[in-house]
Amino acid sequence: MSDQHIYEYLCIGCPLGCHLLVDDTEGDTEGVKVTGWGCKTGKAYGEQEHKDPRRNMATSVRVKGARWGRVPVKTTGTVPKKLVRDVARAVQDIEIEAPIKLGTVVLANVLGTGVDIVATRDMERL
Amino acid sequence: MITAEPRHLESRYDVVIAGAGPAGMAAAMGARERGAEKILLIDREREAGGILWQCIHHGFGLIHFGTELTGPEYAQRCLQQVIDGGIDVLTDTYVYDISPERTLKLMSGTQGIKLVDAGAVVLAMGARERTRGAIRIGGERPSGVLTAGLAQKFVNMMGLLPGRRVVILGSGDIGLIMARRLTLEGVEVLGVFEIMPHANGLNRNVVQCLHDFDIPLHLSTTIVDIRGRERVTGVTVAPVDEAFKPDMSRAWDVDCDTVMLSIGLIPENELSRRINLRFDPVTTGPIVSSTMETTANGVFACGNVAHIHDLVDFVSRESLLAGRSAGEFATGKRPPADNIRLMPGDNVTYCVPQTVSSDREHTIYMRVKKPMEECTIKFGDIYSKKLPYVFPAEMVTIKMQAKFLQKFHGDTLRVDVVKRG
Ligand code: SF4
Repeated sequence: MSDQHIYEYLCIGCPLGCHLLVDDTEGDTEGVKVTGWGCKTGKAYGEQEHKDPRRNMATSVRVKGARWGRVPVKTTGTVPKKLVRDVARAVQDIEIEAPIKLGTVVLANVLGTGVDIVATRDMERL
Repeated sequence: MITAEPRHLESRYDVVIAGAGPAGMAAAMGARERGAEKILLIDREREAGGILWQCIHHGFGLIHFGTELTGPEYAQRCLQQVIDGGIDVLTDTYVYDISPERTLKLMSGTQGIKLVDAGAVVLAMGARERTRGAIRIGGERPSGVLTAGLAQKFVNMMGLLPGRRVVILGSGDIGLIMARRLTLEGVEVLGVFEIMPHANGLNRNVVQCLHDFDIPLHLSTTIVDIRGRERVTGVTVAPVDEAFKPDMSRAWDVDCDTVMLSIGLIPENELSRRINLRFDPVTTGPIVSSTMETTANGVFACGNVAHIHDLVDFVSRESLLAGRSAGEFATGKRPPADNIRLMPGDNVTYCVPQTVSSDREHTIYMRVKKPMEECTIKFGDIYSKKLPYVFPAEMVTIKMQAKFLQKFHGDTLRVDVVKRG
């Protein structure tokens, strides 16, 4: 008897929040079976979220010589969900100096993900 | 930062806008588009842009700019348009009075106390957060109780942590976003407590801010007591029944040093109340016509001043209209007056604008009282539309064409949201 592998996800496609069940008992070769969706968006979301969940991350880093103590930064693309905390930790000790332009790369290719950390606003030098 | 301080403050402007957040910035662009020449955008903060600077997360701009932006990126785009549009921006300035003749009294860090006459005025002051006083939680009055938006400013702009062990009351989007934000900064978020049986924020935020970090969401549960003499030392939480009465026999204690509140926003209308406007008791904002004009001639209102929005994109869209109307008013153009009043009926909390005109198309924003699936929205018997669902936390937006309104011959049109079948 093969083990049942069923995982639960909450669809984020709309406020209905369908409870998706993803069955990957068959393994990756056969693809996963998603049930519980109310529309196609949910089916696709369930598959993606099960196979390769990815997230954007935004935080702020220390800045010297500016009006504020922090400047906001973001990932230029999504990173694997399981790396989000590590990505946040990788930038927490960075300190940059004003003036800063929106889009300035603060950290390139963070943790080898191919994604950069960039400033999300201009900040003038005081 | 991008600045555009006017070197010289004029005594008369075509359009003066109070508040340089997303609403005010879009209104300025609308006024410019419709031929207003001298436009003054005023903000009490030291930089224009409003609350967006501290909303550093993704999720803005998909509708207004067609691309996903963070809050600061959205603010900077708007501000760049304002500067390129040659609009005077006066920051560090408080508008503390307005007369029915549209003379504004300003108090400015750089200009002192000044009177400015306006051809048209746009009220775009936004909203503020509900505080502990608004919901009367019992207990002592220690430090360590703060709103989610204030915590957001501390963390994202000032680099200060509000505490080490945090409980969050209310599941509004800012609270959920801050649960994730604090977790990433190494703060322990012990749980989100929501008195309603459903989360108030987007599912996206429930999943990506709470589930991703194993932060528990306790529905139908609230804080009944806050303890601590100098600093918060803990709270007591309890499940509530359908009448929101706490069941103390099932209460439990949580040790924490911080209580963060995410319990809603209130339109900020102190300035609006200086003139004799009529207010909507439900939105608590001024009643507005289909051009976003208040009941005072040439005074317009938009954004969170008029009603609380869920998305900044809708604030920009509504405020662009308000600004266009203000620009037209200032240059002597007046569209035909509204002839139909919208009356909220079954399962409708409010409609904005509160009146419409049957000679043109309108975007009508509304909220419902309770969740409903498979429903129909009905405007009297002239128009109906099927909706797969409605939720109180999600604004309903309806595009209404003139040809439907022309079929209506009364003066009060009732709007209902009813279950199908
Ligand atoms: S599956 Fe479709 S209907 Fe259900 S929550 Fe997702 S988007 Fe909404």
